[in-house]
Amino acid sequence: MAKASTPKSGDADHAGADDGFSLKALQEKFEAQRRYDASDDEMMRFYEQMLLIRRFEEKAGQLYGLGLIGGFCHLYIGQEAVAIGLQSALDNDRDSVITGYRDHGHMLAYGIDPKVIMAELTGRAAGISKGKGGSMHMFSTEHKFYGGHGIVGAQVPLGGGLALAHQYNDDGGLCLAYFGDGAANQGQVYETFNMAALWNLPIVFVVENNQYAMGTAVKRSSAETEFYRRGAAFRIPGMDVNGMDVLEVRGAAEVAFDHVRSGNGPVLMECNTYRYRGHSMSDPAKYRTREEVQDFRDTKDPIEGLKKTLMDKGKSEDELKDIDKRIRKIVGEAADFAENSPEPDAQELYTDVLVGQY
Amino acid sequence: MSETAQKDAKTADNDVERRLNMIEAINDALDIMLDRDPDVIVMGEDVGYFGGVFRCTAGLQEKFGKTRVFDTPISECGIIGVAVGMGAYGLRPVPEIQFADYIYPGLDQLISEAARLRYRSAAEYIAPLTVRSPFGGGIFGGQTHSQSPESIFTHVSGLKTVIPSTPYDAKGLLISAIEDNDPVIFFEPKRIYNGPFSGYYDKPVEPWKKHEQSKVPEGYYSIPLGKARTVREGGEMTILAYGTMVHVVESVAREKGVDAEILDLRTLVPLDIEAIEASVRKTGRCMIVHEATRTSGFGAELSALVQERCFYHLEAPIARVTGFDTPYPHSLEWAYFPGPVRIGEAIDKLLSE
Ligand SMILES: Cc1ncc(C[n+]2csc(CCOP(=O)(O)OP(=O)(O)O)c2C)c(N)n1
Ligand SMILES: [Mg+2]
Repeated sequence: MAKASTPKSGDADHAGADDGFSLKALQEKFEAQRRYDASDDEMMRFYEQMLLIRRFEEKAGQLYGLGLIGGFCHLYIGQEAVAIGLQSALDNDRDSVITGYRDHGHMLAYGIDPKVIMAELTGRAAGISKGKGGSMHMFSTEHKFYGGHGIVGAQVPLGGGLALAHQYNDDGGLCLAYFGDGAANQGQVYETFNMAALWNLPIVFVVENNQYAMGTAVKRSSAETEFYRRGAAFRIPGMDVNGMDVLEVRGAAEVAFDHVRSGNGPVLMECNTYRYRGHSMSDPAKYRTREEVQDFRDTKDPIEGLKKTLMDKGKSEDELKDIDKRIRKIVGEAADFAENSPEPDAQELYTDVLVGQY
Repeated sequence: MSETAQKDAKTADNDVERRLNMIEAINDALDIMLDRDPDVIVMGEDVGYFGGVFRCTAGLQEKFGKTRVFDTPISECGIIGVAVGMGAYGLRPVPEIQFADYIYPGLDQLISEAARLRYRSAAEYIAPLTVRSPFGGGIFGGQTHSQSPESIFTHVSGLKTVIPSTPYDAKGLLISAIEDNDPVIFFEPKRIYNGPFSGYYDKPVEPWKKHEQSKVPEGYYSIPLGKARTVREGGEMTILAYGTMVHVVESVAREKGVDAEILDLRTLVPLDIEAIEASVRKTGRCMIVHEATRTSGFGAELSALVQERCFYHLEAPIARVTGFDTPYPHSLEWAYFPGPVRIGEAIDKLLSE
């Protein structure tokens, strides 16, 4: 084929042969040492944090079943290693985070009091966003967490804007912008990729590829299912990461953040993960088999995986059980708080919004 | 003049005792149109394999295959834009936007392309797509699953906006929308998919099968766009409503024993202004009820039209009961929703003036 000899083609991993852009430049560095070399204390902390998310989400599922949480509620169970692996590597004084509606885990990763998160889910005044945002829309200026966004893909350009502001202020911060495999098909994602690369913005785009967008398996909606490649057209290096292993995610974060902080512009990281529960709380789950879900739970679970590593390192079963007990207590208290605190005052309908006076 | 739904229907007299809910009626309409017209194509997020998040397209892919009924990526701008191109080439696409709240990425295509293609090509090309989308509140969906954005579309010349309130109407209107050569926004009030809503959220949902309007004949029938339905006749006041609010208003009027004439507009553009005018001239009082926010809501247009045409017949200022000018709330939904209390108070006030 005549085309094969033109200078623009060649290695599929290279966007162009004219200069040094290599899609997998960071991947190679990452693969040299995939798993982050965590201390025992760090590993124990990751374990606790992931377990907190797991138990919190299980409880949220129960409260939903009891009618205490209404509407739409998306659980993060199965994906814990992604938020913890990445956010444990952030510099929280400088860096910002933005994500979609599956956001409970990202908030818990900051160590935000589970009570105010749960109370937001139940729509109470004591919720972190005064009960006005709900499960999908939570924010924390204190932590530079810019939400929780219900419109699929809409947070990605906002992330570009956060990164531009970091750059403008020269504050050394970066933006971590998460989105789903389904969201990856929104046009505005690619408008943002182009701007981020063009302007060399300090941003790490993270595709949480949990294999499904509601009832649609990745291969049924996406021409390119290797999402880390999707930045190639914009000269954004990609990273392909096992999102079920917190140490691997953290290892990838080290490489990506270092690249961005050194002024090299955006990175696109794909974290391959899996959601165990339905898309939201009303999901007949007919689009996948029980066996598939069970296989992930049995053989790839991020919490069980780390538990094994910890026990290999000499931690006792009892020690880990005590952590679980403590977390269950915290989560139970959060649920009580969320159930018993009052609803917002009706006046709140009219606060924080521009309203004409008639 | 409006006629009753039954009279409107150009139907073969089939089994009229068959009872469907609104989801089934919509599914039936799509099934019939897919069968009748090979140019009809159903597309959208999770509409094929999964059958739609509200099951409106259940079974259609199995029956008609993947070239006629297919899934799209989550790309609303692309979905609508592609449907415009398909329409220009002669197909008759029926894209679903999963919730009205997600239609905004596609607005540019709807407003700049779909609505204007016929005009600017001097009718050489048309965009006969029908965008189906569940809309409205009352399901505890918060900001991104509850909005009523109809007046964004009624403001755009070139688009038709249709909102059924019963299974019978949903089927007949959807068939007309698909056959129509202009782009139609077809908003389905999701609160009443499974049963009419009295406005009392704490009472159990009444299923459609107890409602007259759930009798949906088999086979093809259509209801013309631009014809209102007289829900009940009355002499004391005219209440204009559409979608879910038709049922809320009806239950409040019944409860209060007020002799209200209720018009279900069914289509906002084209609007059955004759029916509205005739009713208001008769009753002398007019109230408009919608879930959407008040400022620049469709009620403002209705109010202007009524005063232009019925000014000397009006015995009281036109009343509007609407959503508040705020985002749809997560908590306090029932304080926000223009329910029986607010409607009841407005009725009392209108009668006392
Ligand atoms: C613009 C828009 N379109 C559609 C939806 C409905 N919706 C909510 S979540 C979702 C699937 C998204 O999947 P993915 O991005 O993979 O994220 P995941 O739920 O797997 O975390 C869809 C279609 C929406 N919220 N916004
Ligand atoms: Mg997904």
